[in-house]
Amino acid sequence: MKYLDEFNDPELAGRLFDDIARITTRPWAIMEVCGGQTHSIIRNGIDQLLPDEIELIHGPGCPVCVTPLGVIDQALEIAARPEVIFCSFGDMLRVPGSSTDLMQVKSRGGDVRVVYSPLDAVQLAAEHPDREVVFFAIGFETTAPANAMAVHLAQQRGVDNFSVLVSHVLVPPAIEAIVSSPTNRVDGFLAAGHVCSVMGTWQYEPLVERHDVPIVVTGFEPLDVLEGIRRVVRQLEAGVAELDNAYERVVSAGGNTPAQRMLDDVFEVCDRQWRGIGEIPASGWGLSKRYADYNAELRFGVSDIDTPESPLCRSGEVLQGLIKPNECEAFGTTCTPRNPLGATMVSNEGACAAYFQYRRLDVPVSIG
Amino acid sequence: MCLAVPGQIIDIRAEQGTRMATIDFDGIHKDICLAYLPDIEVGDYAIVHVGFAISKIDEASALETLQMFADLGILEEELGVDEEVAP
Repeated sequence: MKYLDEFNDPELAGRLFDDIARITTRPWAIMEVCGGQTHSIIRNGIDQLLPDEIELIHGPGCPVCVTPLGVIDQALEIAARPEVIFCSFGDMLRVPGSSTDLMQVKSRGGDVRVVYSPLDAVQLAAEHPDREVVFFAIGFETTAPANAMAVHLAQQRGVDNFSVLVSHVLVPPAIEAIVSSPTNRVDGFLAAGHVCSVMGTWQYEPLVERHDVPIVVTGFEPLDVLEGIRRVVRQLEAGVAELDNAYERVVSAGGNTPAQRMLDDVFEVCDRQWRGIGEIPASGWGLSKRYADYNAELRFGVSDIDTPESPLCRSGEVLQGLIKPNECEAFGTTCTPRNPLGATMVSNEGACAAYFQYRRLDVPVSIG
Repeated sequence: MCLAVPGQIIDIRAEQGTRMATIDFDGIHKDICLAYLPDIEVGDYAIVHVGFAISKIDEASALETLQMFADLGILEEELGVDEEVAP
């Protein structure tokens, strides 16, 4: 059990918890979409301090976790080639493909490098004209503008030995898929604040109206998450469904217009596989035709790699909120951050890793 | 990788036509791209994700978030200060 004094403002946290307890009269299931929010919730024990009626369901908002196995295998195939410098964000290195991971490719002599920004990869390409530099462009709408700019600048600067392996995913179609599922248990959503700082909040209005479900744009610090939960519960108890913004200090209704313009230029919406979930229509971005020359999948001829997923890993059920991580038989035994079966145990933002790191080894008394 | 960290812009320059800056994250300096915040100025605070400023933020909330990240040891992890990957 965690205590209020671990919050940066214990008094405010106490008031928010009290208010949530006061207004809650019956059970509600609330999904936090963003993996950063999941981490904040588990680290601070927010789920344990809430009234028993409030269940938090951890959503699919970790891009590392939902990148499909087939794409990981494409990355591994490209990264092992001698002419390639393969650049990635650090979290991807230990994500298991069907037989290996990027870290092992590196230890066997592959030139795999961790970069802080995708622009670092463009710079590497400019410095190594005799090599092929490939950047693993994954992420939600928050990360996509950076990756889009890398491709745009590579084209503008004539850095032709640069390419990207793209597996971008989008939040609104994922929420649509979750609320439309026959097994859906989610009564309200915390939308991911930083995704909305780029895209604005307007994309969520139709979801609220179509499905009569409250959506509150929420930050990822503990107090932000609490305030988001409070606003969702307030709506649910009042029997209303509205789009609300609890992260106004960062998120505007229109989002970041220059970033959206760049996204429109570089990417186009496509169907996308989500690891553990399957294909969600129009749920991703791929390179637009204008930038097809920078598509690593085409450049290295790896499009035919498509790997089925392991039946041992239940991360798909975790990502859909159907089970909690510690309800999986493999959790903490055959699946640990050191030897992960699935990506949710690898990424810092993965629900399984968050449960493991903060020692949720007990099985909860009731789920659903 | 999904985290976005607030920092203070300490200088702004153009590199091959792109607006770039040095940003200070509680003592850790990084080069970032300002293409998506064309109006931001030296001294302002911005939320930065994978080397790009994506949203302006006021000083008080930036400092509060930075302090929390520093306390939790998140800053160094997120900013790749310890980037070397063991074989």
